[in-house]
Amino acid sequence: MSTLAGTWQLARLALRRDRLLLPLWVLIIAVLPATYATSFFELFPTAAERAAYVTGTARNPSIIALLGPVYGDSVGALTAQRGGFLLVVVALASLLTVIRHTRVEEEAGRRELLGGAVLGRHAGLTAALLVTYAADVLLGLLTAAGLASTGLSAAGSCAYGLGTALTGVVFATVGGLTAQLTETAGGARGIGIAVLGASFALRMVGDTAANDWPSWLSPLGWAARVRPYEGERWWVLALPLVASALLAAVAYPVSVRRDLGAGVLPARLGPATAGRGLAGPFGLAWRLHRGQILWWSVGFGLLGLILGGAAQAAGRSVEGNQQLEDIMARIGGASGLADAYLGATLSLAGLAAAGYGIQAALRMRAEESAGHAEPVLATGAHRSTWLLSHVVFALVGPVVVLAVTGLATGLTYGLSVHDVPRELTRMLGAGLAQAPAAWVLAGLAVLLYGLLPRLAPVAWAVLAVCVLLGQLGAVLELDQWLLDLSPFTHTPQVLRDTWSATPLWALAVVALALAGAGVTAFRRRDVPVT
Amino acid sequence: METPIEVSGLVKTFGRTRALDGLDLTVRAGEVHGFLGPNGSGKSTTIRVLLGLLRADAGAVRLLGGDPWRDAVALHRRLAYVPGDVTLWPNLSGGEVIDLLGRLRGGLDPKRRAELLESFELDPRKKGRAYSKGNRQKVGLVAALASDVELLILDEPTSGLDPLMEEVFQHWVRRAKQDGRTVLLSSHILAEVEALCDRVTIIRNGRAVESGTLSELRHLHRTSIDAEVTAPLNGLADLPGVHDLRVDGNRVRFDVDTAALDAALRRLTELGVRSLVSTPPTLEELFLRHYEAVPEELVR
Repeated sequence: MSTLAGTWQLARLALRRDRLLLPLWVLIIAVLPATYATSFFELFPTAAERAAYVTGTARNPSIIALLGPVYGDSVGALTAQRGGFLLVVVALASLLTVIRHTRVEEEAGRRELLGGAVLGRHAGLTAALLVTYAADVLLGLLTAAGLASTGLSAAGSCAYGLGTALTGVVFATVGGLTAQLTETAGGARGIGIAVLGASFALRMVGDTAANDWPSWLSPLGWAARVRPYEGERWWVLALPLVASALLAAVAYPVSVRRDLGAGVLPARLGPATAGRGLAGPFGLAWRLHRGQILWWSVGFGLLGLILGGAAQAAGRSVEGNQQLEDIMARIGGASGLADAYLGATLSLAGLAAAGYGIQAALRMRAEESAGHAEPVLATGAHRSTWLLSHVVFALVGPVVVLAVTGLATGLTYGLSVHDVPRELTRMLGAGLAQAPAAWVLAGLAVLLYGLLPRLAPVAWAVLAVCVLLGQLGAVLELDQWLLDLSPFTHTPQVLRDTWSATPLWALAVVALALAGAGVTAFRRRDVPVT
Repeated sequence: METPIEVSGLVKTFGRTRALDGLDLTVRAGEVHGFLGPNGSGKSTTIRVLLGLLRADAGAVRLLGGDPWRDAVALHRRLAYVPGDVTLWPNLSGGEVIDLLGRLRGGLDPKRRAELLESFELDPRKKGRAYSKGNRQKVGLVAALASDVELLILDEPTSGLDPLMEEVFQHWVRRAKQDGRTVLLSSHILAEVEALCDRVTIIRNGRAVESGTLSELRHLHRTSIDAEVTAPLNGLADLPGVHDLRVDGNRVRFDVDTAALDAALRRLTELGVRSLVSTPPTLEELFLRHYEAVPEELVR
């Protein structure tokens, strides 16, 4: 078929470009369900323990909202529910992979380069879809094999693997369609993620309601409704197949009708003159950072709502299980299990907020590399002012994200224990207490940027080390001085009755010293350093 | 009035590479100064030192009477800069970028901004990501030319512009000169430099190899002579300063050093001249003479 000429070559090009990324996400997601199954076998060996877990935790509305329904108390059923969130990850990865090989290529102008070669009209979209479908199917097979190897039934494992794979296939095709709609890859991703978010919300509503019909309308609801390990309903697998076929039947005609580089939705025009706020370095920095702050806050707010709502149940579920109580006590260190859970959750939010701070600081490096910094620094803007306009977001951004997370967590947890005002302030405090440690990493990123701009991304590696020290340090029984290297080790457990604010001040001073040294170094160095 | 740009013995190294190796450059007030050189010769590095973005390793640099590194902010309010490759923020419209850069410099002339947009035929509502290379350059040029500044520093500003827009650009540079502004124009396009510049500095390997008015530069070089004489030719080949002599019957063509021009013409008139065409060296020839070793670097 001439419309498909060159598909094979393009698919090979996509595989060559993704030779690291694609196997990485396929492998990581494929391994996880088997580890869930293994841990359920170990934690709840008897049917009675599993039944207690199901009534205590798995049937809790917040858990169902986050992960999906549970159809029984077998290890398979628990594993299938536990893997519910992986469906979102598979869907997202598939969506982004297709857009990456279609609209991103077109926007960058690389597709035009290839368009001169012998290439059928359908080749680009087909190659991107084939590669992603193949990755999804491989992921499904590996998942099924991994689950079966833990001792779960082969039929159930196949049903679970296929459900996961076909969820990926549906969202890959969604990506194939949204890539045709807008001129920019960012816009295509936005629409695709909005579809994903709507599917998640639909499933959440359906799964927690008395009648689950909304979940039948959501592509994220189908995999669970195959009921792996609990009397498989194979016909449900036809739903994602039909949905993908319908989406493709729309995407292909659209891709042929439009011009190369154009979208179906017209590109929006901006204002002809700048608004009053876009006047100095700070006005510019606000324009560059505001989208990030907004989306991080929305995401962490939602996560806070879900995790806060689940806290009470999570606390109750481990009662009577000495092993889990020990683990929870070690993670959180607080007396109450719910507080331990919430403390652990918010310290994870602290790590994420540090990630926000680092990316906001490294935005300066991106501005410099893209040639955006030079024209601004050649005006009346002072170097320090330009730098500080970004540093402010690296420091205030984590505070905003943590405050939103804390308030959202406090709201739903407060509702579940019928004391909203108290929990709201406690959780806000516990969230904000994470900020100084996050600042230290943001400050480090500023210092690296000022002193050794080429090495600025090393800040990410430092964050990764801190995550490892925090999560594995206690398990590996590492020496205290090693753990003390991570600023997060010093964050006090604010949910306990007694804690000291001194470490917070110390962390803040260290962070400011790092950032200040970064400013001094930046004022002395050449711009741009390429 | 002070000299806007005075550079002497400027040295800038990046690791082992010596990007600028004792560069001298003087730009006088109110002139349009051409800054010529092949890719990688150090033009952009010089401009970045002038803007206080890079720190000089050695040499003296004065910009508008100040030190470009120490007094950067105060000096930047008095100049406007257009880089050779204007990159725009993808989510800001062209109009927003023009206003932002103008405000950062201390204000735009709104009337001139509107005039510039019209003559460059630029739609300011498009987002940065939607502009072509040429249109991105126009955004930078409008922002710079609409600013009320004493000095314009333009680093290959017309790359990507079509010939029509090149005319518009030349018109606005002449207007800037009439308004008393000084312009440093780094360029590859010799016709542009010939049309606009009062004086020219040619740079090679981080060093100025020629500097002066176009006629001064021409003076240092050879004139081509194409003449028809009545008597058979003799004695011309022995004259010092005569090169590439070609005799075809009564027709004679040769290049002659400016210093030897008088003697050569005397000899010709002795023979009896029937017709004579004398061509002064073009800027292109001047340029090529300095870059004969690297002709592939001449983009245009």
